[in-house]
Amino acid sequence: MENKQQLTEQILRMSGVNARKCMRCGKCTATCPSFDEMEYHPHQFVYMVEKGDIEPLMKSESLYTCLTCFACVERCPRNVEPAKLVEAVRLAVIREQGANHLKPQDLPELWDEDLPQQAIVSAFRKYSK
Amino acid sequence: MQKIGVFVCWCGSNIAGTVDVHAVAETLKKEPGVVFSTDYQYMCSEAGQNLIKDSIKEYGLTGVVICSCSPRMHENTFRKAAQSVGLNPYMVEVANIREQCSWIHKDMATATEKAVILGRAAIAKVHLNAPLTAGESPVVKRALVIGGGIAGIQTALDIAEAGFEVDIVEKSPTIGGKMAQIDKTFPTLDCAACILTPKMVEAAQQEKIKIYSYSEVDEVKGFVGNFSVKIRRKARYVNEDICTGCGVCTEKCPQKKVPNEFNLGMDNRRAIYIPFAQAVPKVATIDPNYCTMLKTGKCGVCSKVCTAKAIDYTQKDEFVEAQYGAIVVATGFNPISLEKYDEFAYSQSPDVVTSLEYERLMNAAGPTSGTLLRPSDLTHPKTIVFVQCVGSRCDGGDKGKPYCSKVCCMYTAKHAMLTREKYPDTDVYVFYIDVRTPGKNFDEFYRRAVEDYGVHYIKGMVGKVVPQDGKLKVQASDLLSNEQLHIDADMVVLAAAIEPDKTARPLATMLTASMDTNDFFTEAHPKLRPVESPTAGVFLSGMCQGPKDIPETVSQASAAAAKVIGLLAKDKLTCNPCVAHSDEQLCNGCSSCEKVCPYGAITYQDKEFRMPNRTVAVRRVASVNPAVCQGCGACTVACPSGAMDLNGFSNRQIMAEVDAICK
Ligand SMILES: Cc1cc2nc3c(=O)[nH]c(=O)nc-3n(C[C@H](O)[C@H](O)[C@H](O)COP(=O)(O)OP(=O)(O)OC[C@H]3O[C@@H](n4cnc5c(N)ncnc54)[C@H](O)[C@@H]3O)c2cc1C
Ligand code: SF4
Ligand code: SF4
Ligand code: SF4
Ligand code: SF4
Repeated sequence: MENKQQLTEQILRMSGVNARKCMRCGKCTATCPSFDEMEYHPHQFVYMVEKGDIEPLMKSESLYTCLTCFACVERCPRNVEPAKLVEAVRLAVIREQGANHLKPQDLPELWDEDLPQQAIVSAFRKYSK
Repeated sequence: MQKIGVFVCWCGSNIAGTVDVHAVAETLKKEPGVVFSTDYQYMCSEAGQNLIKDSIKEYGLTGVVICSCSPRMHENTFRKAAQSVGLNPYMVEVANIREQCSWIHKDMATATEKAVILGRAAIAKVHLNAPLTAGESPVVKRALVIGGGIAGIQTALDIAEAGFEVDIVEKSPTIGGKMAQIDKTFPTLDCAACILTPKMVEAAQQEKIKIYSYSEVDEVKGFVGNFSVKIRRKARYVNEDICTGCGVCTEKCPQKKVPNEFNLGMDNRRAIYIPFAQAVPKVATIDPNYCTMLKTGKCGVCSKVCTAKAIDYTQKDEFVEAQYGAIVVATGFNPISLEKYDEFAYSQSPDVVTSLEYERLMNAAGPTSGTLLRPSDLTHPKTIVFVQCVGSRCDGGDKGKPYCSKVCCMYTAKHAMLTREKYPDTDVYVFYIDVRTPGKNFDEFYRRAVEDYGVHYIKGMVGKVVPQDGKLKVQASDLLSNEQLHIDADMVVLAAAIEPDKTARPLATMLTASMDTNDFFTEAHPKLRPVESPTAGVFLSGMCQGPKDIPETVSQASAAAAKVIGLLAKDKLTCNPCVAHSDEQLCNGCSSCEKVCPYGAITYQDKEFRMPNRTVAVRRVASVNPAVCQGCGACTVACPSGAMDLNGFSNRQIMAEVDAICK
C-alpha cells in the first residue's frame, strides 16, 4: 500500500500534473490520434494515476503507443496535461531497477544489419539498469 | 472623564471556547474610566441587550465597549440598544474578539491576551468619542434601469406598478434583449416572443416608464437617493417622435448587404432598419457604418420614401441629465466568441453554429423562416451533433470561463427535443460532461428528450470537427463504452459559454459597484442580499449578476424592484454621520483630497481669514459635502497638512487605538 502511494506521488512529482483538476470530460480521449493503438486512453491515465493504480499502466503497451503529440495537453479544458502523465509513467518504467527492457540475451534477435552499433550500445545503456 | 461599561460576549463557545472571557472582563475593569465590566453568554440576545441597557442607566455610562463578533454583524444592534436608553449610538465601540481573535487562535492564553489588547484599544477610542447626529437627505422618487432585456423590463414594470417613475436605458435600438432572439423557452416550450412582446408593449405604454432606446449611460454622479446621470441618446438619424414604424424605408434602402445582428449575421438587413417586427420602440434606425448618405452625402432614398418626413441626416448625439433615487443594473450577457476553439471548426464552416444561432435557424422570423436548413447549402441536416460546455467549466485564462453557464444543458435538451419533434428523420447526438438540470420540471424535461424523443445523449466530449466533402467529421469520446466515435454530421451546434456584456465593466466603474473576476456584478451578500450591490442605491437584476435562466431572471428582477420600491417609498434617508471635514485653519487648498475622493464630495472655496494686525487674507480651502461623502477616509490619508479628518474615525482616535495596542 505504502509503495503504491509512493509510486503515485513519484509520478505526480515527475510530471508536475495535478490529476485532481480533471473533470472527466473525455476531451483528451476524444482528440487522441492514437486511440485505437492504446489500451488505456488519456483520460484513463489521469483517473488511474489519481486512484493510485500505477502498476497496470506501467505494464501497458500504451506507454509506447502514445505519440507524445500533446493533442490532449493542448485540448484539455482544465490544463491537466495527460501526456505528461504518460511520459512520467514511461520514465518510471525506464528507471525501475531490475525491470530491464533490454536483456543481453534479447540482443542477437534484435540485431539488424542497418542499425548502427552505437545505437544498440546506447539503447542498452539506457534501457537496462 | 468618560464612564465606560465593558461587555464581553461568549458567543456561546465561539469566543468562550478559546478566550477566557471572565479574565478579559476582570482585566479591562482596571482600565481608566471603566466603571463596570462583565461577561455574558449572548450579548446580542434580548437578555444581553437588556443587560447593556440596564447598566447604562444604573451606572450612568457615557461610553460602551462591546467585545464580541465583527462590528459588521451587530454594531447596529448594540447602537440601537444604547440609543433606546438615551445614549448617543456613536458612543458604542465594538472590539472584534471573535473573527480577529478566537477564530484564528488555538491557544487560550494568547487569545485571551489579544482579546484584552483589542478591548483596551476600543476603550482608548471611546475616551475620544463624541456624540454624532446623523443628518438626512431627500430621496428622488424616480429609478433608472440600465439594460432593457427581460430583467430590465420586469424590474421597470414592477417599479412603475408601485407608482414610481422609472426610465430604461437600452443601448440597442429596441428593448427585449436575448429573449427576443430565442425561439421557444424551456421547460414549457412556449414561444418566447408570445410571452415577451406583451411585456415589451406594456413597458412602452405604461405612463410611468420612459424608454431611452439606442442610448447609453455616460456619467454617474451622486449617491443613494440622489444620483445624477448623464444619458447619451445616440443619433439614429430618424426622429423617434414622428417615425410611424411603417418600414417602407427599410425596404427601399439600396444598401442591402449589412449583416443582420438580430439573426447573428446569418442574413442581411438594410442600412436603415427596424431590428424585428415587434421592436419597441418601433422606429427605424440608420446604421452610420453602412449608410451611403452619411458616408458620402449621396443617396437620400429613405428620406424620399418616408411619408412621415422622419429622416434627419443631421441628427447629433443628444444628452439628457436626470436625477434618480435608485439605479438597477440589468445589462445581461452575451455568448463568448468561439474564435480560439479551432478544434470545433466554428470559423471554418458555416454549418458549425452556436446555440443562439440555432435558435434563429429554428425561428419563423429567422434567416430560413423557421425551416431547419444548414447554412452552407440550405439542405435539410440529417445528423446533428450538439456539444455542451464549450468554453465553460475551464481552468480559466486562455482555456475559457471557470464557471458553469447554467442554461446550456437545458437549452440543448430543448434544441435536441424540438429538432426530433419537427424532423423525426434527423439523428441527434448530445455530448455532455454532466447533464445539469436542477430546477422545477427541468430533469423531467431532459428525460423526455431522451426517452420520448430518442435523442442520443453520450457522456463524453467532441475532440475535433473537420469539414470534409460537405460533411463535418466529428471525432468524439464515448466514455461509458470506452470508445472513440467518428460521426459524419451535417451540422454541429456549440453551447457557447455566456459572459457579461463588455460594457458592464466601464459601467461598474462609473457606479463604483464591485464586480468579480469574471465581470459579473457582485451582490452585497451572496446569500442574504442577493439583489443589492454593495454600493448603496445600486441594485442588480438578471444575467449581469450571474448565469440564470428566464424564470430566475424574472424572480430576481422583481426582487430588485421590491428593494427599489422600499427605497423610493422613503421621503428621506438617514445619512452616515461619519463623514470627513476639513480644518480650514490647516488646509492649504492643494487639491490632493479632491483627486482621491471617489464620490466627488470635495469642492474648494475662497474664504477670508482674519490675520494678525487686522489684515485679511483670502485662502482656498476644501469643504466636504456631507450628503455625498461616504466616509471612506481616502482624503484623510491623502491630505499632506492633516486638515482632513473623519468623524468617528479621527486621526486622534486611531492613534489612541494604536497606542493602546502597542503599549
Ligand atoms: C441560446 C440560448 C437559449 C436560451 N433559452 C432559454 C430558454 O429556453 N428558457 C430560459 O428560461 N432561458 C433561456 N436562455 C437564457 C435567457 O436568455 C436569459 O436568462 C435572459 O435573456 C437573461 O435576461 P437579461 O435581461 O438578464 O439579459 P439580456 O437578455 O442579455 O438583456 C440585457 C439587455 O441590456 C442591454 N445592455 C447591455 N449593456 C448595456 C449598457 N451598458 N447600457 C444599456 N443597455 C445595455 C442589452 O442590449 C440587452 O438588451 C437562453 C440563453 C441562450 C444563450
Ligand atoms: S499525447 Fe499521447 S495520449 Fe495525448 S493525444 Fe497524443 S497520443 Fe494521445
Ligand atoms: S480533457 Fe482534461 S479534464 Fe477532460 S478528461 Fe481529459 S484530462 Fe480530464
Ligand atoms: S449548463 Fe450544462 S452545458 Fe452549460 S456549462 Fe453547465 S454543465 Fe456545461
Ligand atoms: S471620506 Fe473623503 S474621499 Fe471619502 S467620500 Fe468622503 S470626502 Fe470623499
